[in-house]
Amino acid sequence: MGVSKEETAHIAELARLSLDEAELAQAQYDLSEIVNYVNKIASLNTDGVAPTVQPCAVPNVCREDVVLPSLSREEALANAPDRQGEFLRVPSIMEGKGVDE
Amino acid sequence: MKLCDMTIHELAELLEAGEVSSKEITESVFERIDGVEESVGAYVTVLSDEALEQADAADERIAHARKCGDFSGISPLTGIPLALKDNICTKGIRTTCSSRMLEDFVPPYDATVVERLQGLGAVIVGKTNMDEFAMGSSTENSAFHITRNPWDLQRVPGGSSGGSAAAVAAGEAIGALGTDTGGSVRQPASFCGLVGMKPTHGRVSRYGVVAFSSSLDQVGPIAKDVRDCAIMLAAISGRDTRDASCSPEPVPDYSSSLKANIEGLTVGVPAEFRHSGLDSGIKELVDGAARMLEEAGARVVEVSLPHSEHAIAAYYLVSSAEASSNLARIDGIRYGYRAVDASDVQELIRRSRSEAFGPEVKRRIMLGTHALSSKHYEEYYLKAQKVRTLIIGDMNEAFKKCDCMICPTSPTVAFKVGEKPNDPVAVYLMDIYTTIVNLTGVPAVSVPCGALDGMPVGAQLIGRAFDEGTLLKIAHSLEKACAISDRRAPIAAMDGRRGK
Repeated sequence: MGVSKEETAHIAELARLSLDEAELAQAQYDLSEIVNYVNKIASLNTDGVAPTVQPCAVPNVCREDVVLPSLSREEALANAPDRQGEFLRVPSIMEGKGVDE
Repeated sequence: MKLCDMTIHELAELLEAGEVSSKEITESVFERIDGVEESVGAYVTVLSDEALEQADAADERIAHARKCGDFSGISPLTGIPLALKDNICTKGIRTTCSSRMLEDFVPPYDATVVERLQGLGAVIVGKTNMDEFAMGSSTENSAFHITRNPWDLQRVPGGSSGGSAAAVAAGEAIGALGTDTGGSVRQPASFCGLVGMKPTHGRVSRYGVVAFSSSLDQVGPIAKDVRDCAIMLAAISGRDTRDASCSPEPVPDYSSSLKANIEGLTVGVPAEFRHSGLDSGIKELVDGAARMLEEAGARVVEVSLPHSEHAIAAYYLVSSAEASSNLARIDGIRYGYRAVDASDVQELIRRSRSEAFGPEVKRRIMLGTHALSSKHYEEYYLKAQKVRTLIIGDMNEAFKKCDCMICPTSPTVAFKVGEKPNDPVAVYLMDIYTTIVNLTGVPAVSVPCGALDGMPVGAQLIGRAFDEGTLLKIAHSLEKACAISDRRAPIAAMDGRRGK
């Protein structure tokens, strides 16, 4: 049982990836291959088995709620691909005039 | 032998005795880089100026200690040139994960492991090449260039920490850190004739290490021998308040645990790992390693991991699901690559991700998104987490009968560049012996146990959670028994003959 083209396109949409026709076909093929392989775990009986989230879990770790030094605004923004002053700049989200225009 | 071909503990002795300076060691490493890096391609970024400054600082520190007659502030890593995999954040130095996505990313902070190494006075030589976002087992998935195996330049160094392993094997660093999510430290160590360890999940802080799969990832040392591995492990282990999953378990003196003999310890051989698909040459070498441990005083027994045949499926579901979630934060807005001329924010995010992630990263994001989607969550992700519990149960049962287990690290020696199978499932199956360790969280170390057709073969020793001490003791015993005298890869030996 594979993964359909529609399903593959839906997964790409969820993953925020845009794939062209050739990439979509390849993704559908790869995903089907991998899904066919991982389906083998379906045969295992796991009734009453608790899931493992962390293998060597440390119990809840708490600390006093105190303010500690952290990154300055400038450091935090230093890697932004596009910014305006103290803000990250992105294409306008609302209809109408942008700030610059 | 040149300084760059020596081990950390040998150099530490020379440094303390004042017979050599960190500057000389560091220069020897850079001379080797000048000689071989063009053929090997171990690094993404080489930090010559910074490294020489750090070497001078280390030399001053050692000179000061000598003047005061107090070496308590000196570690075996003081003045030792080390390399870091390029998914470990270094303040002010770009950290790319070998991805176009982070090609220009300059972290504003250091990972905890980097702080610890620098606090001890280690010298950082550079940032090493890897499979993009640590997804792969050959370093061919790097967006920048491939890395070649110093034992045979026609072959891959393994991956995803292939740059770290190649750097150490070629003498382009004395030791290195890698990260291991499904074998990414142990398999390249095995392919390059080195010792590589994945510590217990929670032994080493993951703060500042670009997350692939948070419940599986762990930073680990790649070293020329077991003693060096113990030195590096001790340096990076221990509680970190910035990583809540990092354990408060005390860190023992791993180097002193190497002294004891292994009499009375029991080594288990997992029956399921002796299957027919394994290369007969590798099987013989690992069987031989088990016999050597027996001769050294250990008892060897057969153990069983009945659910291990499901490990790879569970691993690819868990790791891909967590990867798709971890990489969702990369959107082209706050840092990383941004597509030009996008008309709206959704298009900006989609196009930035599609243009800058490589094919394997996209494949894993797709699988992970599928496994986490509401329709398939129970069938895949939750199911895989339950299978994980069953495999942990197997492991606990096995450790009632033995103190460590032995099996191959990889079912093959290093393969030729470009000869990785096209079928993703065939590639994933090569992780058969390593993924089970990450799923169960326990520590494991790959130790060289011989060679096939001139290529190194590693035996993997798997230990109990937080019992790296016993594991290193057994690894040390195996290393002595195998008595591999010249560990230098041919490219290092060639450079030595040229008398450069």
